[in-house]
Amino acid sequence: MSCQETQELIHGYVDGELDLVRSIEIERHIEGCESCSRAYRTQQDLKRALQAVPLRFVAPQDLRRRIRSSLRKADGAAPARRAFLSLPAWRWAGAVAALAVVAVISWNLARVSRAPSGDELVAQEVIDSHVRSLMANHLADVPSSDQHTVKPWFNGKLDFSPPVEDLAKEGFPLVGGRLDYLENRPVAALVYQRRKHFINLFIWPSTHDSGQRAVMRQGYNLLHWTQSGMEFWAASDLNYSELQEFVKLIQQSAVQRTH
Amino acid sequence: MPLQEENRIGSFEQTVLPHLDAAYNLARWLTRNDHDAEDLVQEAYLRAFKSFVGFHGTDGRGWLLTIVRNTCYTWLRRNHAEQLSTPFDEEIHREVVASPNPEELFLQNADRRHLQEGLEELPVEFREALVLREIEGLSYKEIAGVSGVPVGTVMSRLARARERLKEALPRIIKKGVPK
Repeated sequence: MSCQETQELIHGYVDGELDLVRSIEIERHIEGCESCSRAYRTQQDLKRALQAVPLRFVAPQDLRRRIRSSLRKADGAAPARRAFLSLPAWRWAGAVAALAVVAVISWNLARVSRAPSGDELVAQEVIDSHVRSLMANHLADVPSSDQHTVKPWFNGKLDFSPPVEDLAKEGFPLVGGRLDYLENRPVAALVYQRRKHFINLFIWPSTHDSGQRAVMRQGYNLLHWTQSGMEFWAASDLNYSELQEFVKLIQQSAVQRTH
Repeated sequence: MPLQEENRIGSFEQTVLPHLDAAYNLARWLTRNDHDAEDLVQEAYLRAFKSFVGFHGTDGRGWLLTIVRNTCYTWLRRNHAEQLSTPFDEEIHREVVASPNPEELFLQNADRRHLQEGLEELPVEFREALVLREIEGLSYKEIAGVSGVPVGTVMSRLARARERLKEALPRIIKKGVPK
């Protein structure tokens, strides 16, 4: 790893945000490089200085009360206590029953929303991989815009052959390919570029067919579909409509290949 | 109706009131004064309450901080637009290279007031990133969510924030901060 790369990543390193491989590379570099090791120590000192003193502002006591009362005012609801007391006795039973129903419903809702579906877990994994590849500056194991270089590179590394297309003419040049791990298996990651935005296209054999799905999460757009027995996940900070355009191009070229 | 309303308010309060200090801390650093921070946090809670029906996530803190941040930026645009037009180019963050450091000695002499002044001098986006990271302890991903930028930008903002802070501290310490 060069000094330039180390200086770029040193903040991710002191913040404990780099993956293991990059962290080890940085550690190795710092051991042998006086100026990077000094830069690292300074960053650590600064971090320590910021942690050593109380810099967190604490909300004034009375703000909580102000907020609670403004919520009730905004809602037009009377304060809880008076609402209860003003209920005639015969309505208490109804009120309690209503509360019980609400409790049951919200408990069920909470259960549903707390158990993420398989797809959602994959979506999170896809985002994490996408983010890691950008942060660690580790976009491609095989940096090449030539599909005839990228595709054969996967031979022997995967038990399937991912479709690789260069879409430079359409404004999405191929940047390279990378081996990644998702859902506990090695997968192909193809990297494309649109202006300054990178798109990671993850591909692996699918076990079931599903329709196309779009997810927006943490500021990233994700598009997922299955085609020709493969799972496809495209992840990028590119806007939704351009990512959609990219996905259509990939889908079309896959159709052309099978004909 | 009052019962349902109470229930809605109750579950809203359970989700976001525990994060009041985080909300206030962020607003206080963005506005740099107590009074506006209090008003904006209160406004942010009201906004949050109105869109609470649409909140199905598990990260109440991140969701609330995003709203607090946006409320503060609207206020900054209205009242302190000059702070939002600080010129900086984060696209060329690759050129961040540490300078040789006579500054590092100063770090040992920096106390709370020096650090506070140093932080308050930073352009608001840099200050926000550093406060969320060092004071609130958010991960890069969480900061990216709150600030609405890619994770790479979070790292470059932190890099620039720390470089600037490091460079400013010797001057601030030498000048002395009024108590």
